[in-house]
Amino acid sequence: MRSNLGFFSDEKFRSIFFQTLVVGLFALGLFFVISTTSYNLEKRNIATGWSFLQNPAGFDISFSPFLEFKSTDTHLKVYFVGVLNTLLVSITGCIAATILGFILGIVRLSSNWLLSRLVYIYVEFSRNVPLLLQIILWYSILIQLPRVKQSLQVLDVFYISNRGLYSPRPIFESGFSYVSIAIVLALISSFLINRWAKKRQDKTGQQFPVFSSSIGLIFIVPLILFFILGSPLSFEHPELKGFNFKGGLVIRPEFIAMFLALSIYTAAFISEIVRAGIMSVSKGQREASAAIGLKQTWIMRLIIIPQALRVIVPPLTSQYLNLTKNSSLGIAVGYADLVHGFGGISLNQTGQAIECMAIVMATYLSISLTISFFMNIYNRSIQFKEK
Amino acid sequence: MKKLLSIFAVVAFAFSAHAGTLDDVKNRGFLKCGVTTGLAGFAAPDDSGEWAGLDADMCRAVAVAVFGDRSKVEFITTTGKSRFPTLASGEVDMLARNTTWTISRDVNLGFEFVGVNFYDGQGFMVPSALGVSSATELDGATVCIQTGTTTELNLADFFRLNGISYEALPIETNDEGKENLFAGRCDVYTTDASGLSSTRAAASNPDKWVVLPEIISKEPLGPLVRHGDHQWGDVVRWSLNAMIIAEELGITSENVDAQTSSNVPEVLRLLGVEGNYGEMLELSNDWAYQIIKQIGNYSESYEANVGPDTPLEIARGLNALWTQGGILYAPPFR
Repeated sequence: MRSNLGFFSDEKFRSIFFQTLVVGLFALGLFFVISTTSYNLEKRNIATGWSFLQNPAGFDISFSPFLEFKSTDTHLKVYFVGVLNTLLVSITGCIAATILGFILGIVRLSSNWLLSRLVYIYVEFSRNVPLLLQIILWYSILIQLPRVKQSLQVLDVFYISNRGLYSPRPIFESGFSYVSIAIVLALISSFLINRWAKKRQDKTGQQFPVFSSSIGLIFIVPLILFFILGSPLSFEHPELKGFNFKGGLVIRPEFIAMFLALSIYTAAFISEIVRAGIMSVSKGQREASAAIGLKQTWIMRLIIIPQALRVIVPPLTSQYLNLTKNSSLGIAVGYADLVHGFGGISLNQTGQAIECMAIVMATYLSISLTISFFMNIYNRSIQFKEK
Repeated sequence: MKKLLSIFAVVAFAFSAHAGTLDDVKNRGFLKCGVTTGLAGFAAPDDSGEWAGLDADMCRAVAVAVFGDRSKVEFITTTGKSRFPTLASGEVDMLARNTTWTISRDVNLGFEFVGVNFYDGQGFMVPSALGVSSATELDGATVCIQTGTTTELNLADFFRLNGISYEALPIETNDEGKENLFAGRCDVYTTDASGLSSTRAAASNPDKWVVLPEIISKEPLGPLVRHGDHQWGDVVRWSLNAMIIAEELGITSENVDAQTSSNVPEVLRLLGVEGNYGEMLELSNDWAYQIIKQIGNYSESYEANVGPDTPLEIARGLNALWTQGGILYAPPFR
């Protein structure tokens, strides 16, 4: 009896045995799912395979700011249009949510009772109402704007209607590339100045007006160059022709609704993360820095925020991931993102649900992993460096 | 390995409960029928909350054929996009949902269209204030379009063919289309002409909207079932045909009792007085009699739901019997 159980009393063997068992069961389950699926697909004569990607889509997508899309283009191109639209609303949404979230998180801690109560109400409202409803709410408000023929005119160049916000489109003429080069050079040199000034301050304690000199470099130098070159920039103004405005840049209400809802919703969470981060820095830090006579703004920027960031960044990463994944709700208002365009229309026109969904899922997975990757690098850079 | 695979195949087969839809329906005690999310005249809840319309009647006719009771049906709403997965997964037994019969749906998607209960075509509706009289004048317009439909593809083809541009606003349901059109987010709404009539009838002031004369496609709408279950396909097919044949033979819900003593052989066969056609379908022998008695013939259903006396005001047109200038035609009942 004892000899039979000999294997099992060996810890190493037991551990390997159970791990193999779990992996084996998982593989068996996976095999079962795949074989059942393919068996049933075949039985019901449902087409499979990837060749549909090369077939013409046959439908049009109007919202495609980066790629020209025609109905003769392939389903593969529908996919790329969808990815770009998803990235567009996710990236702009993350930026706006971060800025708004930081401001609100700090205001929430302000000693002004009214301000902090207002932020409190905002946070509780947007965190506790389903995002889908918020998206639909924004969209419903936006399509109640005036009709296109009665557009509101702002500053003579912007037109607002329920078809979107029309603004002039900049047209860059030949000399403008020099201005762009100047801006890039100015950005690089301000970065270098910043580094040099920091080093010098560490060594000698002398300060350098980094901020004002950078502003001068980035704005004034290119501006002077711009006028020397004879203003090589003109604008194409939108004009009401027939049914719609022609020309100009347009931001569609579908995009605005998604952008507003996603950033306002996520900002509420971020503001709580920021508040928690700031409160995690012990009170003594603030008192000590006040005691050595630092200005209030410096205390925040040099003492509190760097320490708070250690607490803020990991949950902030998951908010970015949430926002990106939530952008898949674009379908509710007809925003042509990845799920709506490729995972919706293409899927439905070709009927190849499994292939389309697999691609869409793999894409979200890659986007999320990429965000995590970069946020982890950033996170490592702001952690305490033990010396 | 081969043995293992065949075991899996058997298990998989057992899991796919579509071996006999008719038996499933009978065992369940009611029919699950996929309909639209609400399209007046075709399938929409009426004032008392009962589903009514041409497609709803189609569902009820099948329920009557199987159970002899028009109430033995559960209506399940589907969008243009969800309808096919809903049917393929077995969540519904059949679709009667303004669905266009096309080769790719019939062949590639693994469905079986059993007939046509409405011959339609795609049209355009615009506000009359726009002053547009033809679809070719729509250059640059914003068009509301239901995604995942054949109309979406026809639209792209039509504008491409005419060399004019448009902006598509993809929407999911007819209600969203209505909302966006009435708010002026889009200039034009395009869908099947019957759907436009239905939308127009639902507007607060129908005179403010015009349906343009162009019909840009063939849209034969009909009920469909999963491919491969021929017995069930036959039940649905002949439920529809029974209603059409009844109109041909002049049998209505009112005179059906008197017709059982008719001297026309086909009438007697249809009503189950002669022959055993019900048995062939594994239904009771008076299945068609019950359909006509409880639902009516095709004409009765048409006139009550979409005909000229309803808010939709759709003339019979192509949907008249072949003997009356239309193309409605059912194979003989023998």
